[in-house]
Amino acid sequence: MIWSNILIYFVIIPLLMLGGLSLCKNIKQVRAVATTGATALMILAIYLVVEFLGLRAAGDTSEMLFTDSWMWFEPLNIHLALGVDGISVVMIVLSAFIVFAGVFASWKMDPLPKEFFMWFCLLSTGVFGFFISIDMFTMFMFYEVALIPMYLLIGVWGSGNKNYSAMKLTLMLMGGSAFLMLGIIGIYYHSAPEGGALTMNILEIAQNNAIPQNWQYFLFPMTFVGFGVLGAMFPFHTWSPDGHASAPTAVSMLHAGVLMKLGGYGCFRIAIYLMPFAAQELAWIFLTLTGISVVYGAFSACVQTDLKYINAYSSVSHCGMVLFAILMLNTTAMTGAVLQMLSHGLMTALFFALIGMIYGRTHTRDIRKMGGLMRIMPFLGVGYVIAGLASLGLPGLSGFVAEMTIFVGSFQHADMFHRVFTIVACCSIVITAVYILRVVGKLLFGPVQDEHHKTLTDAEWHERLSTVTLIIAVAAIGCFPNFFNGIISEAAAPIMELFA
Amino acid sequence: MELSYTVAVLIIPLVMFLFLGIAGVKMGKKTAGIIGTLAMLVTTVIAYAAAFTYFFGTDQGQVIDGVRQQITVMDLTWLEFTKHLVIKIGVLLDPISAMMLIVISTVSLMVHIYSLGYMDGERGFQRYYAFLSLFTFSMLGLVLATNIFQMYIFWELVGVSSYLLIGFYYTLPAAVSASKKAFIVTRFADLGFLVGILILSYYTNTFDFVALTSDPQAAISTAGGATFLGCSVMGWALTLIFMGGAGKSAMFPLHIWLPDAMEGPTPVSALIHAATMVVAGVYLVARMFPLYYVDEGALLIITAIGAFTALYAAAVACVQSDIKRVLAFSTISQIAFMITSLGVARPELHEGVGYMASMFHLFTHAMFKALLFLCAGAIIHAVHSNEMSAMGGLRKYMPICHIAFLIGCLAISGIWPFAGFFSKDEILVAAYGNSTVWGVWLSVVAGMTAFYMFRLYYKIFWWNNPDYGHHTPHEAPMTMTFPLIFLGLVSIVAGFIPFGEFVTWNREAYHIHIDWTVAGSSIAIAVVGIVLATVMYRKENNIPEMLANKFRGLWTAAYHRFYMDELYQFITHKIIFARISRPIAWFDRRIIDGTMDLLANVTNSASFAIRRMQSGSLQTYVWFYLVGAVAIAVITIICLI
Repeated sequence: MIWSNILIYFVIIPLLMLGGLSLCKNIKQVRAVATTGATALMILAIYLVVEFLGLRAAGDTSEMLFTDSWMWFEPLNIHLALGVDGISVVMIVLSAFIVFAGVFASWKMDPLPKEFFMWFCLLSTGVFGFFISIDMFTMFMFYEVALIPMYLLIGVWGSGNKNYSAMKLTLMLMGGSAFLMLGIIGIYYHSAPEGGALTMNILEIAQNNAIPQNWQYFLFPMTFVGFGVLGAMFPFHTWSPDGHASAPTAVSMLHAGVLMKLGGYGCFRIAIYLMPFAAQELAWIFLTLTGISVVYGAFSACVQTDLKYINAYSSVSHCGMVLFAILMLNTTAMTGAVLQMLSHGLMTALFFALIGMIYGRTHTRDIRKMGGLMRIMPFLGVGYVIAGLASLGLPGLSGFVAEMTIFVGSFQHADMFHRVFTIVACCSIVITAVYILRVVGKLLFGPVQDEHHKTLTDAEWHERLSTVTLIIAVAAIGCFPNFFNGIISEAAAPIMELFA
Repeated sequence: MELSYTVAVLIIPLVMFLFLGIAGVKMGKKTAGIIGTLAMLVTTVIAYAAAFTYFFGTDQGQVIDGVRQQITVMDLTWLEFTKHLVIKIGVLLDPISAMMLIVISTVSLMVHIYSLGYMDGERGFQRYYAFLSLFTFSMLGLVLATNIFQMYIFWELVGVSSYLLIGFYYTLPAAVSASKKAFIVTRFADLGFLVGILILSYYTNTFDFVALTSDPQAAISTAGGATFLGCSVMGWALTLIFMGGAGKSAMFPLHIWLPDAMEGPTPVSALIHAATMVVAGVYLVARMFPLYYVDEGALLIITAIGAFTALYAAAVACVQSDIKRVLAFSTISQIAFMITSLGVARPELHEGVGYMASMFHLFTHAMFKALLFLCAGAIIHAVHSNEMSAMGGLRKYMPICHIAFLIGCLAISGIWPFAGFFSKDEILVAAYGNSTVWGVWLSVVAGMTAFYMFRLYYKIFWWNNPDYGHHTPHEAPMTMTFPLIFLGLVSIVAGFIPFGEFVTWNREAYHIHIDWTVAGSSIAIAVVGIVLATVMYRKENNIPEMLANKFRGLWTAAYHRFYMDELYQFITHKIIFARISRPIAWFDRRIIDGTMDLLANVTNSASFAIRRMQSGSLQTYVWFYLVGAVAIAVITIICLI
């Protein structure tokens, strides 16, 4: 029975929320439905972790757990196939946390709160659906479901040059999808050895391992670039600064926090896993691009003056690190990549939440027009400093753990090419410190720039809840990394054995 | 395990940090300060107990064949990269970490007490104590580290506590930029440290200090003679790790953050930027000394950088006018002494006296430099200025402070029987033992030390007697004078500790015997420096000005710290920001994004162009139809023929 699989509820809950929201008559009901749904998702996610670890502890070593499959479209052998491993589990937990924090960050959404939350739920459906699927087609479908609401969320509720940004973001990501579609169809037609039944199921494709090498040379770049666009890989990252700058708070949070992770996850799950040969052969091209991303994003962030642009470029740098680590093709680096996805997701969401709250008060995001906010809004100030310290890799917060795992993993390659790029990536820890401290110094410290700001108030309860949730998550990863490390590396190890 | 309670020295300050940081705002200022201080007192007692048990305990296995053993009290897995590369968080007791326990807890406790008076009435008093606890936790974690990655973790944490405390007065732009500078410069150095760790761990496959240092030859030979740019990879690793140490310990050319760090509250300067955190680099090299010893090249780099920094900082200290800056440069110079001492240490020379001397000097310096800084704090508190020009004749108003400061000056100048004499003498012995060049070099710097310290002393307490108006300076409250008296006493007697019995490079006891030829000459040089300072600064006169005019160029250059800050400004602003960051940002907006926009625009205008075909007018369609039909007919005919 479809209902007996816990995973399906990650899609059903947001859909129920969607239905519930459509019946709501006022903002109170909207909030009630959104809060209930988000809390349910969070509880479900934690329950999933417990169940998952329970099964693993009981000795279930199969690659994916909670697997199930229902035929959906016979002629193309498309299934609704579900299953999770350690990596998807942590991504689901991440998404649940960010959806929860996002609901409270958009507590006072105006105008059209009901419609906003409905699109928000649809977006969540897509995100969760993507992480629980192991059928390429359903994955792709959920991927598109997550992308489309973005257009309206930015176009309607955004700020600044929102029409341009919404259009640009959607078109660029759709462009990525086109590559992806090509890649997926290509993989499908080579998914089984001569005469075998073609399949969309990732596990089966990996098992068959039938994609010819010359096809891999073509299909690997297709899928990697397709997902790479969403993962903000240089030079396909330019949707990110404009898109984030115009998006409303919760959308920035969800987008940078979760949606960009779809890119990294997809690169790993489809491109690397299904085409190990091409991954090894072509890694150097993408390593170069992502290595550039890391420092390029960081340097660009150093001279921005808009808070959201700084963060968007910082995301380019940090997400570049994710793809960079995935391409190192070993367990340690891969674990680091997933940790970085988690870490970046949480701390970027925290950043965007705080930026939204500050912007909501000062009505400007230009750091030259702000200053000394620490004394005026200490809670938000401290939150911002913590987010900043997490971003520049302070031990005890999540960024450090992820970056160190990536560096140690990358250093396992002894050849000059990998060494040079690893050291270049290491340099980002200094540049990150430069732009983070620059913005913290200008925004929070020093004298108050605008007399007007002295009358502003500190965070309200729902804003505090949203912030504290994320800070706790960031600190939990930073203080007890081995728990997450264990779950992830155990999932990454068998796949990375392909490259040993 | 008998010593397992040592873990409490980490837990108490950490809990205090969280407690004061979260609940601090809700409680009164005094309460927060007193709770913080009491917790620190408990920590100090435990630290002392652990150190004394370690040094004097008679437990089986603590000392084997006259060698003190390294005791791992606790080692918990924190993060498992691979099977062998595991970050653990643990507590390692050995002579140097036990000694550091005493140094850190003593100075930290004194600073906690002193701050009750000094910071009285400041806004953010609770936050201040929370940060002090965070610093104490991180610094203790650093020295007790069982593996190099744990050290790196706490290394970053002390960096951030330093950042937070330098920027304590966060509404002042100078404090904000100083804190930023301190963090970024040390971060840059830490990049070297990190890459060094990565190289080292890649070849040795371990982070563990005991494993690394117990058999350095094996550790080095696993690299199998791999080289990079003509030097062995191990040499690179060790040099890069030293770069991290040089950043924290403010060695030239990474020293520029330390003088600016004086923007923080003065007790913080005493704790972090004089006694504890800045010696982390010395501690790091000492911790890995067996590895460094095998690599002659790395040791030479360490010696050269240390010796140069010692001279450079002493020269700058001679002409500064801000008393905290003089002390800051003096700190740089003294740390450079310790670094040089490690660099010249060779186990075959006087049984590795350099190592012992370095640690000894670290110990005594922590005491007398903390004393000097706390005195400076009391003086600044009394006259409300950092500038020497606002001071003079203070000996009448602040007798306790005067005596304490004098003790500090005598100690740092190396006058018998004050603490600095003993440790500096051993450093000179080690330097002469290695090469006369280093010996003479350091002797000269020792003379300069005596000169600039007494210049400072006379300018503050003698010189002229400015009109203080109705605001007569007065002695500080008891909470501030108690630490002065305590540290003053320590600075007098600490030299008589038979340090060699406790801390040596091979952890065997070593009997210090004072070499009076070296000691006598070093006292003589110090006396020359003091006499010179007395002549020039005891009473107001125009000799200093005359000399400054005579050597105007040199004086100005030294006053501007030989333009190192300007050089850094140039590199960061004119090169990194203006030539790298801005062009990249421009490139991103104009070229990369421009290409995307261009694609969109081309698509757009192409659509507009094609749109005309869909005009909706029947005539046009018929026209197209006819042209098309004729064209097809023509092509068909041509093909058929």
